Amino acid sequence: MRIVIIGNSATAVGAIESIREHDQSAEITVISDEGPMIYSRPMLSHYLAGEIDRARLAYRPSDFWTRHNVAVIADDAVVSIDPVGHSVETNSGRVIGYDRLLIATGGQPIVPPLPGLDLDGVFTFTRQGDATQLSRFLEGVNSPRALVVGGGMIGIKATDSLWKRGAHVTMVELAPMILAAALDGPASEMVCRLLRENGVDVRTENTVTEIHGEDGRVRYATLKDASTVECDVVVFGIGVRPNSGLANAAGLKVNRGICVDEFMRSSNPHIYAAGDVAEAYDLVVDMNRTVAIWPNAYRQGAIAGAHMVGIERPDPGGVAMNTVEVMGVPAMSIGNGNAPEEGHDVLVRLDESANVYRRLVLREGRLVGAILVGEIDRAGIYTGLIRNRIDVGQQRQRLLDGHMSLLSTPEQYRKHVVRGAGIEV
Amino acid sequence: MKRIVIHEEHCIGCRLCEVHCLVQHSSSRDVIKAYRRERALIMPRLIVEESGPLSFALQCRQCDEPSCLEACISGAMHRDERTGAVVCDESRCVGCWMCIMVCPAGAIRQNLLGTHIASKCDLCYGAEEPACVANCPNGALTYEDIPDQEEGAA
Ligand SMILES: Cc1cc2nc3c(=O)[nH]c(=O)nc-3n(C[C@H](O)[C@H](O)[C@H](O)COP(=O)(O)OP(=O)(O)OC[C@H]3O[C@@H](n4cnc5c(N)ncnc54)[C@H](O)[C@@H]3O)c2cc1C
Ligand code: SF4
Ligand code: SF4
Repeated sequence: MRIVIIGNSATAVGAIESIREHDQSAEITVISDEGPMIYSRPMLSHYLAGEIDRARLAYRPSDFWTRHNVAVIADDAVVSIDPVGHSVETNSGRVIGYDRLLIATGGQPIVPPLPGLDLDGVFTFTRQGDATQLSRFLEGVNSPRALVVGGGMIGIKATDSLWKRGAHVTMVELAPMILAAALDGPASEMVCRLLRENGVDVRTENTVTEIHGEDGRVRYATLKDASTVECDVVVFGIGVRPNSGLANAAGLKVNRGICVDEFMRSSNPHIYAAGDVAEAYDLVVDMNRTVAIWPNAYRQGAIAGAHMVGIERPDPGGVAMNTVEVMGVPAMSIGNGNAPEEGHDVLVRLDESANVYRRLVLREGRLVGAILVGEIDRAGIYTGLIRNRIDVGQQRQRLLDGHMSLLSTPEQYRKHVVRGAGIEV
Repeated sequence: MKRIVIHEEHCIGCRLCEVHCLVQHSSSRDVIKAYRRERALIMPRLIVEESGPLSFALQCRQCDEPSCLEACISGAMHRDERTGAVVCDESRCVGCWMCIMVCPAGAIRQNLLGTHIASKCDLCYGAEEPACVANCPNGALTYEDIPDQEEGAA
């Protein structure tokens, strides 16, 4: 069995670890257009902030490939898939045959077309190379001023990191509020206030329209409202779009991401897709959609890998979630945390002076989402209740109050969680 | 693998397990010294759940398919090769709290005592019997060999 994996990030690692758990003989080849290092993309923000060095970006040790008996082709991109001849071709002209192919190509940063993108000092923030270059660039500038484009998760992480590096940051977001996809109004306002109190210039309903330079370097930017912002760097942190071009060209079914079933099989039975590039099942919204988060990537990779070697482990589905820390205050969004009040039972607790906010969303007695700012301890109990679709109608008020405890969940469920693996309930 | 089994009907909420967990994870390993000098820098790895007459000490449940492993962005959460236990390599953790967001038992906490990392039960790193189990005066915690569900079902 020849298995080829395109991409060497979370999805690929999930796939490889699960393949090797069940099968030692499959030939595995990984092709990546980045270097051979398996690094953690989410940790790029910690790296940019100066909290960790480059070596600590490693998600798995450097002997991972040999220990799992995987051949790696690095710094070479797959340019086409031949679904009839069962092979892929790379930029350098290699042709590699497969019996099973996993597309784990992730996403590409969204950069709107506008004048000035070619200037020195314009960066995206999704790859190790981006973060390293941005970091070096900042070293060469005295009290740098940065313009971050995008007030979503990636934009906020970039902003917080740049701030920690001592940069003066202006952040523009097209929507009327920041983190609009993850948070609701009050939580978003709380995070926004924290940013502003610490000197970050947050401008909503605004974006960049042109970047102006001098001697080839960024000098200032013009915004949608015709105002200007003096800056040394412009960082695009708008988000990612699935890298589904290869799949499209190979005739696979693609919506926003590559369409997959519960085993991560695409419309071609020999080709799988998982992670940020895939449109897999989301159990909260009860439909397939792309959700670009690490846990989904790893799990979907593991499911695809297992299936390739004959182990059927259907995906129970993912839950959209994310966590971010702004000025030392953690914020989390789990599932449908920002669902509207109409049609939902919404519980809210706010302590503005302590920067604590909690919003729980129930539908027909079941938890479908949560937003937590400030106090995040034991948040996974909520995630468990969401994932397992537990009826918490009786406990709804206790779930909101005080410190989260398993004793605030239904007794049967608590016993199930507490007794753990292999023990009869 | 060996797992800690909780018998909530025997727990009287005395919190001795908490004390011994703390001592076990102190550098002095001495109750008095740990309490006097290190209290501000260490936290117990278990959580005593309490509500009215009901109480029990909760540690990481050592899941078969640990959510914390798939969610960990740094690779700090891993299975110890020797013991098979899910443990956190604190030198690699960056305190992103992804694991806290997914652990269904709420068994991981933020350690903010002069640091910024995830804190969870490590089964006392391969000890014959974890400190909480060994020191529970009521037998409310036992250490038993419980196979993975997959193996058990086979
Ligand atoms: C700054 C930042 C912070 C984040 N923080 C979090 C967080 O806190 N929590 C969280 O859950 N998620 C976070 N994410 C999202 C998370 O990083 C992604 O969900 C995850 O990396 C997806 O993994 P993947 O393997 O599917 O794809 P990717 O990690 O995108 O990897 C795909 C790889 O494939 C390569 N590739 C693409 N096309 C080709 C080709 N044709 N040939 C060869 N190689 C190719 C790419 O270069 C890349 O190396 C963050 C993302 C960013 C950018
Ligand atoms: S920390 Fe939580 S998710 Fe991880 S193994 Fe323990 S109980 Fe399971
Ligand atoms: S807090 Fe540490 S152990 Fe937990 S997911 Fe983040 S890096 Fe991993």
